[in-house]
Amino acid sequence: MFDMRGFGDQLWAGTLITIELAMASLLLGLLLGLLGATARLSGNPVARAISTGYTTVIRGIPELLTVLIIYFGATTALMSIASLFGYDEYIEVGPFAAGVIALGLTFGAYASEVFRGAIIAIPAGQREAGLVIGMSNFKIFWRITLPQLWRLALPGLGNLFLVLLKDTALVSVVGLSDIMLKTRDAVSYTKEPFLFYMAAACIYLSLTIISMVFIHFMEKRNNRWVGRA
Amino acid sequence: MSFEVVVEYFPRLLEGVKTTIELVVVSGLIGSMLALPIGLARHSHRWWLSAIPYAYIFFFRGTPLLVQIFLVYYGLAQFDAVRESAFWPYLREPYWCAIIAFSLNTAAYTAEILRGALAAIPRGEIEAAKTIGMRQPVLYRRIMLPRAFGMILPAYGNEVILMLKGSALASTITLLDITGTARTIIARTYTPIEIFLAAGGLYLLISMVIILAFRQLERRHNRHLQPINR
Repeated sequence: MFDMRGFGDQLWAGTLITIELAMASLLLGLLLGLLGATARLSGNPVARAISTGYTTVIRGIPELLTVLIIYFGATTALMSIASLFGYDEYIEVGPFAAGVIALGLTFGAYASEVFRGAIIAIPAGQREAGLVIGMSNFKIFWRITLPQLWRLALPGLGNLFLVLLKDTALVSVVGLSDIMLKTRDAVSYTKEPFLFYMAAACIYLSLTIISMVFIHFMEKRNNRWVGRA
Repeated sequence: MSFEVVVEYFPRLLEGVKTTIELVVVSGLIGSMLALPIGLARHSHRWWLSAIPYAYIFFFRGTPLLVQIFLVYYGLAQFDAVRESAFWPYLREPYWCAIIAFSLNTAAYTAEILRGALAAIPRGEIEAAKTIGMRQPVLYRRIMLPRAFGMILPAYGNEVILMLKGSALASTITLLDITGTARTIIARTYTPIEIFLAAGGLYLLISMVIILAFRQLERRHNRHLQPINR
């Protein structure tokens, strides 16, 4: 293997932070995606407009800019809200929290499109059957739509997760000690940029491969009762 | 929030727009030129021909663009051979490093899109061309590439938008694109929300122009597939 000049532990610590960030953003993103998709498909015009606006804006501006806006904006926004209540101390939204919010928002915007497609793909007859036997809208969503949603949405979500994984690198710009920042530390000490950025690339590549294998198994498990006579 | 600062610095942001568009257009052109041979080789069923494009595409799609930019901008300087070569005056410039990284990156994504389109051409069309005696070069030039081009357009439009958004990373190696300009303005005025929102609005505007342009192009190229509505 590589001789990491004693920076192996640091890179490993950075890798853990990257994984934590990706997982936390995934959770928030899935939640936002589901909310966005149901809002988009609901009869409420206000909810529909908000959802459409959210996905259009987030998907049209660079992820880096989203990270920067949330990182600098959240602190200012929180402080101005707090000052209304007479609290004038400095409040800081750390890079990790800002990263989770920004990447979660991004993932959610794309995921809401995936979920929307999946919900539409469920035959309308199933929903109508639910209505006929007197289920409430929520119950139909919970018992009929949601269990099938996962299987239909998984391929799209898998791709989005791979994108999310790579986008985590952007949070290093606002100072999160993930793989990128640990690599930068190592570079400024050893003056071997190519070696260390290549190592970082290999770590991301390994994370991608592991995720791909994992997604593949989940898809297989999901479809175990599909297409079998 | 005060938006006078946006009005005051808007001309500076527009200069950033110029750099951003330049980055996207130049690396888009270089990238698509690279993508053609890579995509064709990737489509080949000879394993030795498709193995290297496969590895190339896998590397560039599996690692963050930020790593790729840093590899070119900081990484290459590690080697004396690079620093003494004739390319050093270019490789020293962040502008060209960004162009190189973006071009290589978009080439990988575009080649994969091209491969998908080539694989999706209905078999019958290729067989028909072969039946009337077309050889490989003519087959590709007259049937497969034009057909693939029509199929690529929607996906390539998305790729151009991703490239536009990726170009914001040029600001991390000191380039003054929209994001970079916004950050320098903020360093002076300390009004992050207003300026970043203005920058976001500019990006949104550019992506809308790209979407509309591709919709037009697609309609034109695939006009023979559309129902006659006269």
